Amino acid sequence: MFKFKHELIEKNATLLLVGSLLVVTIGGIVEIAPLFYLENTIEKVEGMRPYTPLELKGREIYMREGCYNCHSQMIRPLRDEVERYGHYSLAAESMYDHPFQWGSKRTGPDLARVGGRYSDEWHVAHLKDPKALVPETVMPKYAFLAETKLDYTLIEKTLKANWWVGVPYTDEQMANAKIDLETQAELDGDEIDGFEERYQKASARVWDNNPNMISEMDALVAYLQMLGTLVDFDLYDANANKR
Amino acid sequence: MDYDVFRQFADSWGLAYLTAVFVIVVLFVFRPGSKKIYDELSKIPLKDDEHVK
Amino acid sequence: MSIYSIIFLVLTTMCGLVGAAFAVDSVFAFHSWLTVAISLAFLFWGIRNYTTEPADQSRYMDGVVRWGIIATIFWGIVGFLVGIVIATELAFPEVNLFKEMNFGRLRPLHTSAVIFAFCGNALIASSFYVVQRTTSARLALGNLAWFVFWGYQFFIILAATSYVLGVTQAREYAEPEWYIDIWLTIVWVAYLIVFMGTLFKRKEPHIFVANWFYLAFIVTVAMLHLVNNMAVPVSFFGVKSYSLFSGVQDALTQWWYGHNAVGFFLTAGFLGIMYYFVPKRANRPIYSYRLSIVHFWSLIFLYIWAGPHHLHYTALPDWAQTLGMVFSIMLWMPSWGGMINGLMTLQGAWDKIRTDPIIKMFVLSLAFYGMSTFEGPLMAIKEVNSLSHYTDWTIGHVHSAALGWNGMVTFAMIYYIVPKLWGKKEIYSLRLVNAHFWLATVGIVFYISAMWVSGIMQGVMWKTYNAAGFLEYSFAETVAAMFPYYVIRTSGGVLFLIGALLMAYNVYRTITMSKEEEANIETVTEAAA
Repeated sequence: MFKFKHELIEKNATLLLVGSLLVVTIGGIVEIAPLFYLENTIEKVEGMRPYTPLELKGREIYMREGCYNCHSQMIRPLRDEVERYGHYSLAAESMYDHPFQWGSKRTGPDLARVGGRYSDEWHVAHLKDPKALVPETVMPKYAFLAETKLDYTLIEKTLKANWWVGVPYTDEQMANAKIDLETQAELDGDEIDGFEERYQKASARVWDNNPNMISEMDALVAYLQMLGTLVDFDLYDANANKR
Repeated sequence: MDYDVFRQFADSWGLAYLTAVFVIVVLFVFRPGSKKIYDELSKIPLKDDEHVK
Repeated sequence: MSIYSIIFLVLTTMCGLVGAAFAVDSVFAFHSWLTVAISLAFLFWGIRNYTTEPADQSRYMDGVVRWGIIATIFWGIVGFLVGIVIATELAFPEVNLFKEMNFGRLRPLHTSAVIFAFCGNALIASSFYVVQRTTSARLALGNLAWFVFWGYQFFIILAATSYVLGVTQAREYAEPEWYIDIWLTIVWVAYLIVFMGTLFKRKEPHIFVANWFYLAFIVTVAMLHLVNNMAVPVSFFGVKSYSLFSGVQDALTQWWYGHNAVGFFLTAGFLGIMYYFVPKRANRPIYSYRLSIVHFWSLIFLYIWAGPHHLHYTALPDWAQTLGMVFSIMLWMPSWGGMINGLMTLQGAWDKIRTDPIIKMFVLSLAFYGMSTFEGPLMAIKEVNSLSHYTDWTIGHVHSAALGWNGMVTFAMIYYIVPKLWGKKEIYSLRLVNAHFWLATVGIVFYISAMWVSGIMQGVMWKTYNAAGFLEYSFAETVAAMFPYYVIRTSGGVLFLIGALLMAYNVYRTITMSKEEEANIETVTEAAA
């Protein structure tokens, strides 16, 4: 009979390596893998759609500036959070988020449902000089966003990369990425019908009050103003989505 | 495979299996006669550390 | 330098030139040119120092360890300094002077500098030292260890410059973009090969337990890094990429990574340090070698499950949250098993805590390890987490472990190893070690008690209702209440940094110490030996 000896491991570097690797793989596989195939991981909801090209660029700026270091995008189902920020966040609401931006720290408030809470003017003024609107704030100033032209030369490729990782952009959406971006930021009357058809509940306007240039401010505000606004909670059945 | 089946398996056989593995490891490590070997091993760092053998 | 190194450097130069030629954005172009410049510098140096003479196998390869220790001290000071800057920014937001200096860009720089640059260099250097001594073999594969060292420094430079220039994956502790991740993978595989290669050529039949911890750290970090950083770049000549996973799956993958960066980078690797250096400095064998084996297998098995406790009450399914909580609580046992094993090594020689400031540092680091591995499971309980999550309590917890455990054990290791590496009988000044000990201790206490108060206070304020049944405090009011604690926290950080500067001076004096000075320095009297 084969007699197992721990000594075998103690004396064999390869066995030690393989043994350790096996032991540390178990937890990951059992915890993470089911999330991909259990159907109830992501709730059934109405209204989710991929980001518009402008929102996607706004999200890139949100990530670039490290907003996630101080702002969460995940409302927990606790009484005070629901009253302060709105309906608790669903997994479905971040299904097109590559990567997720749930955050881990609230040096500033949660932003999961900040969309539509304040006017565009408020956001622009607040981003330029937070203290002017909220005296207690410790947020840095982001005035440079309004002066920086948005670089969207790679926007088709950006949508394509998102498509590669699973975001269901249609061929039409990818082909029109540049036009859609400009339409959403400049209110180009000719293309607005096509844009609105491609992206439900997306609104097109001059976001930063400067019609002469599509700035990074336009993109960021467009992104902030749609956060948490897509899912139709009148049609959401919480009991059917127990997990 | 649906989630409940998976969960039930983990709560019963899975748990029993891992507990058994743990008990076997502990029993093995504390088997009679191991103390001498391990006492020897624990002295490895205290040997000469300036020269390659 | 061998012919292989030269071929490799020619290849990296070419890659850099191609990258620079086709770059679609300025940061990618900058990093490409940086690759060219550094490759050429090494190439120039390498050709001038070309040799085919094999290394002397009868001696340990300590040059790379010496550089690693210096890099550890350097990056430690950088990391602590950036920490103080961002702590100041939270108390006085005017310090966010320009966009490269904004909190959002510097915070990843701080976390990466302390975790990957400071702790990472400490782990690589100490593992190279320990694996040679406990196998009685010179590091395998010639200059590959040097590639690991310089390749890792290059990774740090790429990551650090990318953060301040606004290039990030926006995944906490995994911010470097795809091409930097690929570079780190190459370096890390080389590290694994050197480590395994040395184990293969060992002359000691058994593999000492410290090496198990180092090996588990190396191989698990490789796995975590590869899975968590899977992404599709927008262009192969640009910085930006999109992660393969999204939403809830991405969140769990990230925190499986994030928690095990703690579990394997900051715990398993550092336990490798503990299992070699504590017995060595105390000149006594580890308390129980049997316990260390149980400690090893149970720690690596349990840690990997604990990630979901970072996602309590989120949109992560409940079953995963419950699993994470249960395993986090169980983790308390192996953690304390390890702490007891380290502390009890001093059994019968407790007077060393009084007489030897380096032992005193090891003991304090183990005490902080014990404290934070008790606090961690506590915070992983859902009910506690509903209060502590999103607040400074988490920040305090992390720092009691990072400053108290990782910092202190690294400092003690450095004080022990520097005289060994540079052939001196003892560190230049044990009194300065003692001063460092107290500065760091007081600094940590300031830091973590300020964060306890501010964290719990803010958590409670968020949940307070007034008599009419409405939320009592606006968010802005809870921010204003944090101010005094943010100032105290910053001052704690300053004390900690001053301690590290004393260490740098002490190490410098040790390295440059003359024979006469060496004859006059104070040493710890070996009571037990």
